[in-house]
Amino acid sequence: MTNPSIYSNSTDNSISGSPVITTENVSIFYGSFQAVRNVFLDIPKNKVVAFIGPSGCGKSTLLRCYNRLNDLIPGARVEGKITYQNIDLYDPKVDPVEVRRRIGMVFQRPNPFPKSIYENIAFGARINGYKGDMDELVERSLKGAALWDEVKDKLKESGLSLSGGQQQRLCIARTIAIEPEVILMDEPCSALDPISTLRVEDLIHELKQRFTIIIVTHNMQQASRVADYTAFFNAEAGEHGSRFGYLVEYDRTENIFNAPQEKATQDYVSGRFG
Amino acid sequence: MTSEPISHSESLVESSQRFRAPRLINQIFRWLTLALAVGIGLVLVWITYSLLSIALPAIAQFNLGFLFTQVWNPVQELYGALPQIYGTIVSSIIALIFAVPLGVGVAIFLSEDFLPRRVLTPIAFLVELLAAIPSVVYGMWGIFVFIPAILPILQGVHKAFGWIPFFSTAPSTRQMFATGLVLAIMILPTIIAISRDSLISVPPQLRQGAYGLGATRWETITQVLLPASLSGIIGSVMLALGRALGETMAAAMLIGNANRVNVSLFAPASTISALIANQFGEASGLQKSALFYQALILMVLTLVVNMLAEVIVNRFQQVE
Amino acid sequence: MSSQNPLDSHHQDLSSRAMDYTVSSGRKFFGSLMTTLVILCVAIAILPLGSILFMLLKNGLGRLFQDFPAVFTELPPPPLVDGGGLRNAIMGTILTCLIGSLISVPVGVLTAIYTVEFGQGNKLSQFVRFCTNVLSGVPSIIAGLFAYGVVVLTMGTFSAIAGGVALSVLMVPIIIRTAEEGLKSIPREVRQGLVGIGATTFQGVFSVILPAALPFIATGVTLALARAAGETAPLLFTALFNQYDARSLREPTATLSVLIYNYAITPYKNQNELAWAAALIVVVLILAVSILARSFTKRKVY
Repeated sequence: MTNPSIYSNSTDNSISGSPVITTENVSIFYGSFQAVRNVFLDIPKNKVVAFIGPSGCGKSTLLRCYNRLNDLIPGARVEGKITYQNIDLYDPKVDPVEVRRRIGMVFQRPNPFPKSIYENIAFGARINGYKGDMDELVERSLKGAALWDEVKDKLKESGLSLSGGQQQRLCIARTIAIEPEVILMDEPCSALDPISTLRVEDLIHELKQRFTIIIVTHNMQQASRVADYTAFFNAEAGEHGSRFGYLVEYDRTENIFNAPQEKATQDYVSGRFG
Repeated sequence: MTSEPISHSESLVESSQRFRAPRLINQIFRWLTLALAVGIGLVLVWITYSLLSIALPAIAQFNLGFLFTQVWNPVQELYGALPQIYGTIVSSIIALIFAVPLGVGVAIFLSEDFLPRRVLTPIAFLVELLAAIPSVVYGMWGIFVFIPAILPILQGVHKAFGWIPFFSTAPSTRQMFATGLVLAIMILPTIIAISRDSLISVPPQLRQGAYGLGATRWETITQVLLPASLSGIIGSVMLALGRALGETMAAAMLIGNANRVNVSLFAPASTISALIANQFGEASGLQKSALFYQALILMVLTLVVNMLAEVIVNRFQQVE
Repeated sequence: MSSQNPLDSHHQDLSSRAMDYTVSSGRKFFGSLMTTLVILCVAIAILPLGSILFMLLKNGLGRLFQDFPAVFTELPPPPLVDGGGLRNAIMGTILTCLIGSLISVPVGVLTAIYTVEFGQGNKLSQFVRFCTNVLSGVPSIIAGLFAYGVVVLTMGTFSAIAGGVALSVLMVPIIIRTAEEGLKSIPREVRQGLVGIGATTFQGVFSVILPAALPFIATGVTLALARAAGETAPLLFTALFNQYDARSLREPTATLSVLIYNYAITPYKNQNELAWAAALIVVVLILAVSILARSFTKRKVY
């Protein structure tokens, strides 16, 4: 637990309760290129944590480490330690597929499968060994994603027939159907119109009763509306002109927006750069 | 950590061990597809090996002299491949001489906007249909329609230019030159399709730049577009050459199967594939082995041509 | 005047040229000449197609309509006997194509799944792609000799199986290529979604990706069938020919294309006619299948 300026500050004043995910001195490389440098960050249970920062600051890259999605990119490498419920996520005994079952993800662009609405949800549950009442699970998940009333009469229709906002909520329903403990959201509203965005934000408020949520967003208002904690990342030019991202400040959301400790955070949230 | 939901009471490591079946299936599936992918790579080797194993007695008997010997005598068991190699290459060259300008011309026509799109699309479709006609039908058409139709013209050529060795014999009804022409028609779609693709893929900025300098359409085509798509066109020509070298049925039906080299293109000749198609049924022993030796030569010939084509076309795709 | 400023004369020269808005007649002539030439090229290229289709209709159609069901239901007669049909050859063509598909479709699709889903463009995938393209250039008669060496010599008999193996060598590259295209058409987001819910590649491919890529694969299979149905050379020494129905997969089998070859070069009129009828059937079959393939591509999911 080094890097006291950020970390001790956080533990003393704001982060309470045991963390679900810990991030200890994590650096991420693509080949020889260092994308993210030396991040320390704990995610508290049943809270919403927002990652904000200018593009290229590595916030999405870090997010994808929490469900080992970076494993799919050839040459990607994670240094440092990420634990989930005190178990090292990158332990060789841990199966990445199992990690993704426990830590669900909602992506930037809605990506329903080319199947019926019903099957979109049932499919994930089935491959993850769900043996209970499927109809009940589909209904519960769609209600959980605030989509049930809109689609209950057309469950057999293709998921691709829905509007963009509905598709994204379907993807959220699909994720909560496999009952993860943590949900990662990678700019979930960036492809949506303002009204759909508000609905998804409302949904995030409800979901945090049951799930821990980490959301990457480029929209600071959104972070201030939905997040309990906010982490601000910035990018800096490294050697050979390449840029790497690092964590500047991590605190309660109101502190980040109203009383940031760092000058860079102040500049960013007040719109002076980024 | 105090109140875990029931479904997550197991630790990540425990459930990783427990959920093994899907992972195992996935691994088995991965190995299966990998084996097949490697298998596809090995098929070429397998084909060459299977030809080689049957050709071995003939190779032992005739050695490399086979390539330069002009004899095919099943009674005395003496075999050579010179007339077939000559015929295969010459008929393919004739095909290219006619098909390349024709094909590139059509490709230019189809890639430019001489006519509106709704007229060009059916024309492109018709050209593709040429590729859909089976080669045995081309052979039939050659026997009954094409050769009777062009024979008078060839006779005229023989009368006027008979002093040139290539046209020195009276045109036969089965002959090298007409076979080459039919091959030219058969390889046209290959040349047209790939040349057209590479012409279309020339960046529009190049064309606009040429127009901007005051070049006419045809100056742009000949001085900018054709040079820019040259490697694609050469690649298409190589692929077409590979096809012409290996084409069997049309050659077998039209070339006349004369197992000797004749300089006159109007005389019957032979190709490797035509010889195999005509003699394999009755062949046995050393003759069959000699036919496989010929097939091996054809295989090497087409492999070299196709690999070259592949390298050239790949380069054009990378530039793109 | 002779000592006039050279710049001046240049200037004058330019301005007088600027007045001339017409392209020189030489350049214009070159353009018209070339345009005429390429139109001539198109005409020459399409002429043989027209001639072939005309001959097929003229010589084949009569026979097909004259003894309408008989052409499809009867066996070809011996030389100098009238009538008869193409039953055994039609069945043989269907059979050999079917066997070719049974081999080439699974092999081709699974290979494409490796190169796209597992290999993701690694060195091996690139090598496989190279081999696929080279394989598609292997002369069809070589595929026939290969199947002769591997199947006919092993089984000790010419057979529909050997014919199917030979055809599968020609079909596999086509299927691999279109299946790869189909798999690549699935957006990256969908793959990420699959990973996000904890699906293995196997689960993702069979439940989502392959069904979505199906139109492409169907196109590939029909194109491959169109090619196989017209091939003669690979069947000459594998399926061989049979005057009668083949009663099992392990005996010589007649096919339309070999029948065309055998009957077109005989001096018997009735057999010539049957050859034309068979050629018409094959060409119509191939055209129908090619058009079918196009309609599949229109049903893309993405």
